[in-house]
Amino acid sequence: MSADFGAYPAVTGGAYAAPATNEQATAPERPAWSNVKAPDARSQQSAAVAITNGRRALGVFLANPNALFGTAFLALVIGVALLAPVLYPDDPLSMVGKPFLWPGQDPAFPLGTDSLGRDVLAGILHGSRISLFVGLMATALGLTFGVIVGAIAGYFGGWVDDLLVRLVEIFQTLPSFVLLVVLVAIVQPSATTVTLAIAVISWPTVARLTRAEFRAIREKDFVMAARSLGYGHSRIIFREILPNALPPIIVTSSVMVATAILMESALSFMGLGDPNVVSWGSMIGTGRELVRTAWYLTALPGLAIVFTVLALNLIGDGLNDALNPRFSGDR
Amino acid sequence: MPALVRIGRTLRRTLLQAVPTILGIVILNFFLLQLAPGDAADVLAGEAGSATEESVAALRARFGLDSPVLEQLATYLGNLAQFSLGFSPRYGMPVADLIAQRLPGTLTLMAVALLIAILLGVVLGSLMATFAGRIPDRLLSVFSLLFYSIPSFWIGLMLIVLFSVKLGWLPSGGAGTIGSQLKGLPLLLDKARYMVLPATSLALFYVAIYARLTRAAMLEVKNQDFVRTAYAKGLTPFGVTARHILRNALIPITTMAGMHIGGMLGGAVVVETVYSWPGLGRLAFEAVMGRDFTVLLGILLLSSLLVIIANAAVDLVHAWLDPRIGAR
Repeated sequence: MSADFGAYPAVTGGAYAAPATNEQATAPERPAWSNVKAPDARSQQSAAVAITNGRRALGVFLANPNALFGTAFLALVIGVALLAPVLYPDDPLSMVGKPFLWPGQDPAFPLGTDSLGRDVLAGILHGSRISLFVGLMATALGLTFGVIVGAIAGYFGGWVDDLLVRLVEIFQTLPSFVLLVVLVAIVQPSATTVTLAIAVISWPTVARLTRAEFRAIREKDFVMAARSLGYGHSRIIFREILPNALPPIIVTSSVMVATAILMESALSFMGLGDPNVVSWGSMIGTGRELVRTAWYLTALPGLAIVFTVLALNLIGDGLNDALNPRFSGDR
Repeated sequence: MPALVRIGRTLRRTLLQAVPTILGIVILNFFLLQLAPGDAADVLAGEAGSATEESVAALRARFGLDSPVLEQLATYLGNLAQFSLGFSPRYGMPVADLIAQRLPGTLTLMAVALLIAILLGVVLGSLMATFAGRIPDRLLSVFSLLFYSIPSFWIGLMLIVLFSVKLGWLPSGGAGTIGSQLKGLPLLLDKARYMVLPATSLALFYVAIYARLTRAAMLEVKNQDFVRTAYAKGLTPFGVTARHILRNALIPITTMAGMHIGGMLGGAVVVETVYSWPGLGRLAFEAVMGRDFTVLLGILLLSSLLVIIANAAVDLVHAWLDPRIGAR
């Protein structure tokens, strides 16, 4: 993409020439440098490069229309979630009109009413609150824990690896959605318990992926170069390997927020969500019995889920493009 | 090092690790489920409607639910050692039989869904990577993004609305025509008709994951030196893509496929509920609702075995694909 190339001369033409840029990024265009590993390993650590890369990443992200669209839509959903109590101060679970009004039939209820005469639009607006809360919180918790466990296991290997892999395997071997259902059934369903339960079942995915990446990357030459330069373990893990392991983790984290929202909606769909809060999943669950006659009750909350998750995925994509200089040569 | 030695080592290590994992899972599950409020006797008594305290106590004594926790665990482990999964008070039949009844349905559903997902995903992903940044890539990217933004139960319901209610082409639920006398090919076709919608609903989410993974991994491998070398040797672009890029890109895909066995079983719980598919997932859900520990423990143990086998297979595939892994 043109934004990439626009940014590159600024880096390479600056105070530090050849070795300053990421060796991985420029290898395809400037093969002469790819053999000079050790100077790269050293110069990559300079703070100036990190800042330039961050700025470059932001530039790439802002130049990506998909990512901007995703950000805008997510901002809209966040705004709706914050404003829902103002726009529709009444309980979205209370009956307000005639039942089974189709969308557009009555201007007072633009998206119609359900079998009990509850406003569908109010339900969808209020439902955004629980979906966002659960999705973001569960992912933050699961990602942090998973990356730490996976990095330690993959980097050190040996008995540490065996032990952590066993832990991950125990959690991963339990089919995650069944485990989720069991966890939520044990501790009564509420927004907090659903969030924690989703975090508990989602961290092993990250841990495994991080471990697999670390295992493959630690065999590479630049890690050996870093070792031979005498870098400590934590420096090699966080400054050398982790940045190179990040792209798939970032892709996965966008999958995770999506999955968390989908899991929450699936739980609510099956009647295992917070019973006192309206959520998109529970709206689909109630609409399900009437899917043959009043399918809009199922379709509309589902579209809300699809578009919110889609927005998050677009953002994840944009982040991936921006943060992964290795791909920049292709665009 | 020869491939066979590498694979043999990986296999031995995986098997050695599996035993304590299974034990850990059994014990963890057991204590987890002990924490759950209410037991099978409560549920049975509640359903009977007129249970006295004495009859509940009698129920508990009959199923061994009143003995100390450790004793119940010991009984369960002892039964497992004899390959018996225990007796379900709720269904009034051995858990092993109950699971054996439901297992084929779920396995078929999962296998078909996984097959659809991997085939479609790798093809889409390869196309996307080949045309990276150009129109086909962008169009397919949007499609794959859409696919994995759609909840399986919702697309399931929407497919029912379209293909069963509006068009009337496919059945909306079940696993086969009830009371049909079909045999051979017609029977298979009948089953397939019932399989299409559930398997598609389950697969769509994973199609997107595999497509994106394949694309990301292929683009990442594409820039590496050995690919340039392969082109320099004069290999055709297709040869390089298939033999050098795709093969290396398969590592994250196989990792994910192994992990998805457990995930798919979870997805099957929801999809089986939507399509009233007689499978393990629905049994698991009914067991949780009915607080039927024995059944749930059996299902969890069995699915853990499935995942362990899948993981071992993935490790072996890795050792075969990448000589650096498993060499230590």
